[in-house]
Amino acid sequence: MLSSFLTNRATGWEIIAPNLTITIFGLLTFAAVIFLMFVIGERSNVKAQEWIKYLVFLAPALVLLTIGLIYPAIRTLILSFMDARSETFIGLDNYVWAFTRPEILIVLRNTVIWTLAVPIFSTSIGLAIAYFTDRMKRGAWVKSLIFMPMAISFVGASIIWRFVYQYEPNLKKEDIGLMSAIAKALGVEDPPNWLLEAPTNTFLLIAVMVWIQTGFAMVVLGAAMKNIPDEIVEASMLDGASQWRRFSQITVPMIRATIVVVVTTVLIGTLKVFDIVRTMTGGNFQTNVIANEMFNQAFQQRNFGTGSALAILLFIGVIPIVIYNIRQLRRERTER
Amino acid sequence: MSTLRRRFVALGATTIAASLVLAGCAATEEETTSGSTGGDSGSTEQTLEGCDFYADYMGNEGTEVEIYTTIIDPEASLFIDSFGEFEECTGITINWNGSQDFETQIAVRAEGGTAPELAIFPQPGLLADMVATGYMVAAPQAVADSVDVNYTADWKNYGTVDGTFYAAPLGANVKSFVWYSPKTFADNGWDIPTTWDELLALSDQIASEGNVQAWCVGVESGVATGWAATDWMEDLMLRFQSAETYDRWVSNDLAFNSPEVLEVINEADKILRNPDYVGNVQAIATTSFATAGGGLVDGSCAMHRQASFIGGILKDDFGAEIVTPADTDVEGGITTFYFPGVSADSTPALGGGEFVGAFSDRPEVQAVQHYLTTTEWNNKKAADGGSWFSAHLGLRAESVADPVNKVAVEILQNASTFRFDASDLMPGAVGAGTFWTEMTAWFAEGKDSQAVLDAIQASWPAE
Repeated sequence: MLSSFLTNRATGWEIIAPNLTITIFGLLTFAAVIFLMFVIGERSNVKAQEWIKYLVFLAPALVLLTIGLIYPAIRTLILSFMDARSETFIGLDNYVWAFTRPEILIVLRNTVIWTLAVPIFSTSIGLAIAYFTDRMKRGAWVKSLIFMPMAISFVGASIIWRFVYQYEPNLKKEDIGLMSAIAKALGVEDPPNWLLEAPTNTFLLIAVMVWIQTGFAMVVLGAAMKNIPDEIVEASMLDGASQWRRFSQITVPMIRATIVVVVTTVLIGTLKVFDIVRTMTGGNFQTNVIANEMFNQAFQQRNFGTGSALAILLFIGVIPIVIYNIRQLRRERTER
Repeated sequence: MSTLRRRFVALGATTIAASLVLAGCAATEEETTSGSTGGDSGSTEQTLEGCDFYADYMGNEGTEVEIYTTIIDPEASLFIDSFGEFEECTGITINWNGSQDFETQIAVRAEGGTAPELAIFPQPGLLADMVATGYMVAAPQAVADSVDVNYTADWKNYGTVDGTFYAAPLGANVKSFVWYSPKTFADNGWDIPTTWDELLALSDQIASEGNVQAWCVGVESGVATGWAATDWMEDLMLRFQSAETYDRWVSNDLAFNSPEVLEVINEADKILRNPDYVGNVQAIATTSFATAGGGLVDGSCAMHRQASFIGGILKDDFGAEIVTPADTDVEGGITTFYFPGVSADSTPALGGGEFVGAFSDRPEVQAVQHYLTTTEWNNKKAADGGSWFSAHLGLRAESVADPVNKVAVEILQNASTFRFDASDLMPGAVGAGTFWTEMTAWFAEGKDSQAVLDAIQASWPAE
């Protein structure tokens, strides 16, 4: 027993030692490169110095971007034109597959529903709560409660909500589904099997995402509202503007840029939604979305062609939103 | 490595004569290999007592072998315990790495260059996929020889990809079981059905008496939802069609939407989508297979078709007691009867199992591979408790504590027709994809049987 302990210790050090050497060597190389840069920079003319500056500041980011983003993106694009084992080129077959198979069409439809519903609901609910709690006495309490779900992981939240929707009529035991209990209390005699009824079940899953994201929208929008100058609000009050007019014609326009950021952030997050669907229905009952099906195709069924094609579709879906977001930010900057 | 392989080859030749002649195999001389049997010779060359059996695995002190698997606690600790002596004697540390994400992560790890030394594949289809990626190494001759002696040819075939033997069988399970409570059956005067028609008649009788639901069915299983329904299809396929047709079905030489398969799904329909037998049909899709089995323990229903492994879950999570069919006075006691064939004399068996494949051919890895195919380890593991058994021909029934598993071992060792779980053998797009999802839709959406079969056939990858 002791001998094995000692051998383990030895093995541990054997593993650490070379790694440590590599680390130290790496650091030294890095220091040498930086030193070299400075030496060259010192000795060269102003114009060359300028270029070296660009290189020093941009190179690390460019290298990481290339390794982590550009190369995988290009590879995924290439794989999406290849067969399941990534061996032969099959043209657009994977995309034809994606747009002709009825279950994949449902996947695409659901993704569209998600990307519309989640940003709209979470932003508008978040906006409403932020507005009403803005001048509330105990607003912080309300805000903390709404913000709390943000701290729960998607998987954790999904498990919680799966209990809420649970329905097991075939077994002789107490029903634990909260939703069914509420429905029964409201006089519905035979509550449905919540997670089964398409397309309602998609909205029940969306509710989980909204539950999580509303807190985010509320906090960011609430912070933006704090920045609205008091004079404007007071002036509008003196002019006798109603609560609704003040909200729609002062608050919302003043924080418009923030709303755009919130909507696009939530939207991009929603396009990538995976955990909720996977945990709650596993993509069954017509609730599947692109990210989940992409994972299924590539890593469960090991068809990298179709998996990559779905990834590319997701990518194409994100691009316009990102472009819009960047443009919005630029316009902001010029306005200032 | 090469010396060890040579040693294993020599060893393999002798294992054919006497199934386990590992003891006394001195580190260098090959002639001592056939010296004694069973590991009880008093060899003095060993430094540790009782390690004679492991002589052939010596010389790998301080090495580590990772086994990556789907098997997690509580079963994992039983496995780890069973390696204790091996680790103590050989100095090889076995790192058991159980993950429920095995099926997706194994490919990621292999491609990322962090493959484990050994992987326990829960299905041969996944093994074939991984072999195709080129990261796996063939099993050494010693392991192949040991498997030749200790398992039936069917089992070796399942670990073989394109004529090369890669993975030795590990555990096994038998799926052709109907679980029931002997007490409930005795109290109601029900007889154990021996044919499919009798099973339907009994279901009718239970339904008409109205005291209890005839069947508990649940197919929810997270991302693998639907597999429990594929087991029904496979068991019935093996009953209503010949074993050859079954094989053609697995390889898609028989189209998934052909009349033969339609006949089978229609038979399954008679029970699975009959509300008189199963209650709310749709809810089957959202009821977990384990919870459904639990319905048997709390008296929700009379029968539950499920593989042998469910016994462990029902015991641990639902407080069931596994009894023999003769124990008709035990409250909460459950046991199994054979899922009947079309006639009483046709008794095909459907099963499953795990296979140990290697990503490395280092000597310590091969030592572990070989050790797992020995009669000694199989009996030791089965006797350690839990509800584990294997298809090892040297596995003694008395090593297996569980009465259901005892029967399962006998079925495995005597079955004339034994076929592996079809969904495990089909391509991933079907076996871990549409076969699951379409069967789920069959329950959840009441999808037409022919439409289900058509959709599965349409998804079959064109090779």
